[in-house]
Amino acid sequence: MSCTVRIASPLHSYTAGAARVGGRGNTLAEVLGDLEQRFPGIRFRMIDEQDRIRPHMRLFVNSEEARDLAAPVRRGDTVHVICALSGG
Amino acid sequence: MSTVWLGTRKGLFALRADARRRTWKLAGPQFLGHIIHHVVQDPRAPRTVLMAAKTGHLGPTVFRSSDRGRTWREASQPPAFRKAAEGEPARAVERVFWLTPGHASEPGVWYAGSTPAGLFRSEDGGERWEPIAGFNDHPMRSKWVLNGTPDGELVHSILVDPRDARHLYVGISVGGVFESADRGADWTPLNEGVAADFLPDPNAPFGHDPHCIAQHRARPDRLYQQNHCGIYRLDRPGRRWQRIGSAMPKKIGDIGFPIVLHPTDPDTAWVLPMDGQTVWPRTSIGGKPAVYRTRDAGRSWQRLDRGLPGERAWFTVLRQAMCADAEARTGLYFGTTGGDVWASTNGGDSWRCLASHLPEIYSVTHAA
Repeated sequence: MSCTVRIASPLHSYTAGAARVGGRGNTLAEVLGDLEQRFPGIRFRMIDEQDRIRPHMRLFVNSEEARDLAAPVRRGDTVHVICALSGG
Repeated sequence: MSTVWLGTRKGLFALRADARRRTWKLAGPQFLGHIIHHVVQDPRAPRTVLMAAKTGHLGPTVFRSSDRGRTWREASQPPAFRKAAEGEPARAVERVFWLTPGHASEPGVWYAGSTPAGLFRSEDGGERWEPIAGFNDHPMRSKWVLNGTPDGELVHSILVDPRDARHLYVGISVGGVFESADRGADWTPLNEGVAADFLPDPNAPFGHDPHCIAQHRARPDRLYQQNHCGIYRLDRPGRRWQRIGSAMPKKIGDIGFPIVLHPTDPDTAWVLPMDGQTVWPRTSIGGKPAVYRTRDAGRSWQRLDRGLPGERAWFTVLRQAMCADAEARTGLYFGTTGGDVWASTNGGDSWRCLASHLPEIYSVTHAA
């Protein structure tokens, strides 16, 4: 399935500055795997080696926050990669 | 040409000077906003520089340059723990904290230390990293490492014996000093004689807090250690550290983060004491920073503060943030948490400020 992925600015160095890219996959894991193929290195900055979403990253499918990578993604969905940080 | 790499909480900077080291020029920032824990130029291949980095949001990684820092490329496989089996603790690298080039006979080999305590090796110049199972999965690891320190435990001071590529030392803060004779396949604690007054058993074989360990290149059997509980020296094959910090002035004490060795004289070392009393401010003692030098392997120490602020300077100098060069008149460099860089080109006899108002400085390393 094809979806849209909105990329937060800290990751734009991987997407050549693109804030919105296409993605393919039926789950968040598959969409991130697809992104990794096209933008090498981007996945590990968001997802740790145990497949957990990193502490200052938030992933949404449309308006629903995904707690893990098994979250389903359907054709036309928008995946939002959001960076959450506090302090200086 | 002399380069001093500055890894800061907000990016990478460099100070460069001609051979006389009189005029320094600040370059950077590169990677503005990135947290740079360590920057190390490869003495075996000086065009290569590795940098341990992350950002507030993004996971930890390693960047590599093959043109002395002009351009950088990210490692294709950054340091990471192996995938945890069912029921095992699932560890993830929170930061790459330390980088060490491998032995001269093994070009392309690098080691990395992490938080939580992990050790990693690359055999291709830092492009792909593999976990060292003998350390990360050692049956004693959970006992050695004191989990739960607020900022996470740190693997640092990865030392490769210049005589033997298989012989390694590492420091774990908090955990102790450990030694391997087989490239990291197995490890043994090496903490005898080191105080650990914060532990229930002050004579425990591990659980100590080395802040920085250094091995003298010209006499690799000589190790120095700046510990949370004092300054020590160990001459191998001995196993008992001697507290050489006992010779420091009592009102100064022997607590600090870095310890730096002379490039050729194994009896000369420098430390930068900090306030380790009560709640551990870790600032310059009394707001009056000073470097202390020994020229007799720790039997006596000399205060060196000419040119440094005489008062109201409450900075901290972290463990990677002080280094020496290899010039005949030894150059010393340190960076502060307040963003200043101080240098001496006469072995610490006098100091001058090379740069101010930088972000908090995490790492200061020299490259010829």
